[in-house]
Amino acid sequence: MKSTTRDIVISAQQLTKKFGRFTAVDAISFDVYKGEIFGFLGANGAGKTTAMRMLSGLSAATSGRATVAGYDINTQPEQIKKTIGYMSQKFALYDDLKVWENIRLYAGIYGVPEKEIAPRTDRLLEQLGFENERNTMVKSLPLGWKQKLAFSVAIFHEPTVVFLDEPTGGVDPAARRNFWEMIYDAAARGITVFATTHYMDEAEYCDRVSIMVDGKIEALDSPVQLKQTYNARTMDEVFHQLARTSTRKAD
Amino acid sequence: MNQFLTFVQKEFYHIFRDRWTTIILLLLPVVMLILFGFMMTTEVKNTRVAIFDPSRDIATQGIINKFTTSEYFIVEGYIDHPREIEALFRKGRIGLVLVFSERFHENWMHTGEAQVQLIADGSDPNTASTLTMYATQLINAYRQESLDLPQTPLQLTPEIKLLYNPTLKGSYNFVPGVMGMILMLICAMMTSVSIAREKETGTMEVLLVSPMKSIQIIIAKVVPYFFISVINLTTVLVLSVFVLGMPVNGSLGLLIFISLIYIFVSLALGLLISSAVDRQMVALLISAMVLMLPVIMLSGMMFPVENLPGVLRWMSHVIPAKWYMIAVKKIMIEGLGFEAVAREFVILCSMAVLLITASVKRFKYRLE
Repeated sequence: MKSTTRDIVISAQQLTKKFGRFTAVDAISFDVYKGEIFGFLGANGAGKTTAMRMLSGLSAATSGRATVAGYDINTQPEQIKKTIGYMSQKFALYDDLKVWENIRLYAGIYGVPEKEIAPRTDRLLEQLGFENERNTMVKSLPLGWKQKLAFSVAIFHEPTVVFLDEPTGGVDPAARRNFWEMIYDAAARGITVFATTHYMDEAEYCDRVSIMVDGKIEALDSPVQLKQTYNARTMDEVFHQLARTSTRKAD
Repeated sequence: MNQFLTFVQKEFYHIFRDRWTTIILLLLPVVMLILFGFMMTTEVKNTRVAIFDPSRDIATQGIINKFTTSEYFIVEGYIDHPREIEALFRKGRIGLVLVFSERFHENWMHTGEAQVQLIADGSDPNTASTLTMYATQLINAYRQESLDLPQTPLQLTPEIKLLYNPTLKGSYNFVPGVMGMILMLICAMMTSVSIAREKETGTMEVLLVSPMKSIQIIIAKVVPYFFISVINLTTVLVLSVFVLGMPVNGSLGLLIFISLIYIFVSLALGLLISSAVDRQMVALLISAMVLMLPVIMLSGMMFPVENLPGVLRWMSHVIPAKWYMIAVKKIMIEGLGFEAVAREFVILCSMAVLLITASVKRFKYRLE
């Protein structure tokens, strides 16, 4: 598949987050390469979200260091925010805004130059086949469409990395496959994709996968390699072998 | 800057696309003012009076005439037996019964003593005491007149004059109260709910990951409600002056200035609430219970602060609406200048600074 000699976009070393005496993320280290689709797996409460919040500049690390797009998460969170995109599991679009108004809003927030917003919006709506939905309120879109729109909005400003937090929750399998095609397109354009997911069939779509158990990264490799190492037929089996060792209660 | 304006525009969309919210926001002040200004008045007019008069003499007739000519009372008629009194009250037709003793005039002239009993419906104590007070005044007035003979010894007649509100209009008390209430409601409740909504739908998370600074998000959230508050302030002032006949005896500029400070305090309170809660419903309940109830109960709008029990009187000091109402009364009704409201001004300003600092700190803390 893709070689691992390319530019490093995300790099974490001994990254740790403690809440009081509880260690949510325990000295994790990994690198993510440009244009890669990196699956960040783990049970609920394993520390995925906390790690992602640190990488996206939302939360300060207790110790260890990490860089995103060359910026240090501890000292340059503002620069990081400008170079990343983010899509949450709730497809956080505004229901009472029209499709184009949502695009316009996020483009404005991310500082896309005024002149480029209109042509890029047109192009995007055309790619999505949403030309007729330009003036539709987002609340009347089907869930799968909302999800596609949310992802498009998250990468509208051409970020270096896009963080996807459980991006396919509640969407039917056909729409999910559709959605992954969009992710491949984005990766092909050089956008690095960092995604957490619950669905193990989705893990198969990733270039590389890390599996977190109790705050630590227990496994990190391509899906093919992982299945060989753990002598499993599916990623689901790999995940269960690892998750069985967990002592932490899901939250 | 462009980023900021886009965001403010979005906030306005949220408000105006929700048609009911818009209607409520803009009509609420009108409805409240009319309700409080016209209906919830403590003045008692046209109360029906029944009379039990076994004497039927010149003195009782004189007193009854006083009632007949008074604008507060309408003499409904005579009853034949005291037994009828309770039935009359139960029917709710009458508000007061006047019971004279037998041989009223004769007793008065010979012994100097005659008895008249006032019976009122105590289930509404405020009305009852107001009614008996009016009635006592009428009876006293009659006594004064009939005693006002040449041989009468020296008399002392106190003449009462109520400054600033000579006709005891209820609206003089309620309008400042309604202003305090409306502004608090719009600013605090709407701000806290709109931020809680972003948290609930997950859009707040996306905003926090975005390059927008948290202070920009806060200000952009607050701007639309500030505008709506200014519109409401205008509506309330125009209505109270032209419909309720409230005077603006002091400087209008000063009144607006102190109102703007109060709006800031209310907005800051809304921000503080929203920094603590994640759900719209909770934000709504907290705004209603923690803000509205004290504003109504403890600010002096309904009950005089002086009459509150010790602990509550203490609590009333931390209620911004109380200080705002005092200032508004001083400016609108008493027509006083800045020196007179300096204390209220300083208190409101300190509250604003304190609350804004606290909520911005909390908001940042939440990002951790």
